[in-house]
Amino acid sequence: MEFTRRETLAIGAGAAALAVLPIRGMASVDEEIADFTGGAEVVEGGVTLTAPEIAENGNTVPISFDAPGAVAVRIIATGNPSPKVATVNFGPLAGNQSCALRIRLARTQDVLAIAKMADGSFKSAKVAVKVTIGGCGG
Amino acid sequence: MISRRDFLQVSMAAAALLGSSGFGNWARLAARQALTQDQLLAFETFGNVSLIHVTDIHAQLKPIWFREPEVNLGVGENRGQVPHITGAAFRRLYGIEDGSPLAYALTHDDFVALGRAYGRVGGLDRVATVVNAIRAERPDALLLDGGDTWHGSYTCHHTAGQDMVNVMNALKPDAMTFHWEFTLGSERVRALAGELPYAALGQNIFDAEWDEPSEDFKPYAFFERGGAKVAVIGQAFPYMPIANPRWMFPEYSFGIRESNMQAMVDEARAQGAELVVVLSHNGFDVDRKMAGRVQGIDVILSGHTHDALPEPVQVGQTYIIASGSNGKFVSRVDVDVRDGRMMGLKHKLIPVFADVIAPDPAMSALIDEQRAPFRAQLEEVIGRTESLLYRRGNFNGTWDDLICQALLEEREADIALSPGVRWGPSLMPGEDITREAIFNVTAMTYGQAYRTEMTGEFLKIVLEDVGDNLFNPDPYYQQGGDMVRVGGMGFRIDISKPQGQRISEMTLLKTGEPIDPAKSYVVAGWASVNKGTEGPMIWDVVERHVRRKGVVEVPPNRSVKVVGA
Repeated sequence: MEFTRRETLAIGAGAAALAVLPIRGMASVDEEIADFTGGAEVVEGGVTLTAPEIAENGNTVPISFDAPGAVAVRIIATGNPSPKVATVNFGPLAGNQSCALRIRLARTQDVLAIAKMADGSFKSAKVAVKVTIGGCGG
Repeated sequence: MISRRDFLQVSMAAAALLGSSGFGNWARLAARQALTQDQLLAFETFGNVSLIHVTDIHAQLKPIWFREPEVNLGVGENRGQVPHITGAAFRRLYGIEDGSPLAYALTHDDFVALGRAYGRVGGLDRVATVVNAIRAERPDALLLDGGDTWHGSYTCHHTAGQDMVNVMNALKPDAMTFHWEFTLGSERVRALAGELPYAALGQNIFDAEWDEPSEDFKPYAFFERGGAKVAVIGQAFPYMPIANPRWMFPEYSFGIRESNMQAMVDEARAQGAELVVVLSHNGFDVDRKMAGRVQGIDVILSGHTHDALPEPVQVGQTYIIASGSNGKFVSRVDVDVRDGRMMGLKHKLIPVFADVIAPDPAMSALIDEQRAPFRAQLEEVIGRTESLLYRRGNFNGTWDDLICQALLEEREADIALSPGVRWGPSLMPGEDITREAIFNVTAMTYGQAYRTEMTGEFLKIVLEDVGDNLFNPDPYYQQGGDMVRVGGMGFRIDISKPQGQRISEMTLLKTGEPIDPAKSYVVAGWASVNKGTEGPMIWDVVERHVRRKGVVEVPPNRSVKVVGA
């Protein structure tokens, strides 16, 4: 036997986590959006959100955004048990409105960046990030 | 620019030329007479810049057999598009005569009969002859190696890639990019790449900690050729830390990094590049998508998915060249670069028929020198095969059926898993199985054969996960391997469905009972990406099995049902 029992358990636990994570209704994601926008309309575009197509490690996924003219940006991981990841505020003296951070993703999901602009309007960008167990590459 | 018709004329000329031996003309002598080195190399030099592309050699120094896939399914926009066309449909598309040398080189049907007529393919001493012939016509031709070079054989494994570095240095490439090389471990890759007398490229090789371009690999290199400024941008395999063990090269991060690719193309153009070539290990579908989204690439030399196409594929103003694997093909691309841009392109996929193309004596000697210390080990006969042993195909191949059988029997398991890699040459019926042949389909730096328990539920997750790596309709979410090979268990896969819904009817073959999600099964496999995996090396498991059997015969595998294609 080549896996220790502990490793086997770890593999099993990972699998279980993948399998049984409750697929959150959009309610909680919608709530996070509403919390940030106050229910205002969000227009897609005007924000650049960069993330890997497939995460190399779901526990630490490098993402970055660039939201010219934004006063605040909220990052939402739509498939995480707790979707709100971060809110970044930019003061009037900010040289640019960009930020790079690492986030944890529980499973394959869309990551959302919503930017609040100086005039009170909202813009957004969305990227799908796949979280996979890997192996078998050609 | 060049029309599709111009391309067709080129490839038709080649097909007509090579097709002259005709169907039924299968005697080896006749085939050899009908096919000459001059014919294979014939190419009217065009333009002012020549590119020579080799890729995915997988350390195959000597001529081999290599059967192309029978099943290669495309999904989404790539459904029914090349390279997802095989067999008779492929021959019809390119006007290739049944039974002709190109039919043998590019399609799977009648592989054994045609192989006996036309012989083995590849061998880096033959590749050297092709390269030298092109250089005789165009001395400053660029030779570009798409990677997966320092991996895949007994000698490469036991010298940690040194044999391939020695031989490729003699072939004098101008640039290279990477994939399996990184499984030698980052320290070894850095040491080898740092001493290369040519450029080691990868615009998508980043420092994992800072998420900035790695200082160890340059994104691109400039060359002055035929009075033109040529930029070659490297694109390493994007999913190395996912498809291969991340712990072996933890300092590096990869990814497609499309926006950085665009930035590099723009940067190269701003520095005066008149021709922009991407030396890619993306895989064909990823390259096709990238070509449609990144502006300003003239030529993509595509590797990773092992496809061989006799014509370039045009996407906008970008031409994608697919040059096969295992040293079986060399692509020659002549480009006319004038007034700061590409004005025309001419291409030929040269099949390296080992009995037709004369080996380069200096290269033969160098190859023999690499093999000499291991000769006795390489040549030891372990058994014999009655069946054609091959690997390529989306779902199963006889080599993996044999490996799975070895895992089931030698490791006393219910179910066996073998990775869906695309490398590994074929073996003809009646041939000896040598230790070298076993290493050619198993050699890797993480070849431990594990034995563990998995629940039915977890097995389904594994199959769904790998299935999505292959059949996600968006190529950027594919990893370019084939489906995991399964022994001892049958299943049904609907490739048109999303992840989680593709796999059904999982059946334990020894009892005929459905797999129970809650029950644990003993699973034997190899090539785990997890650190600390323990077990005997897979080549030792296969060797023990073949030795015990003496003669192996692999029955047709009907345990995978494929729908939705």
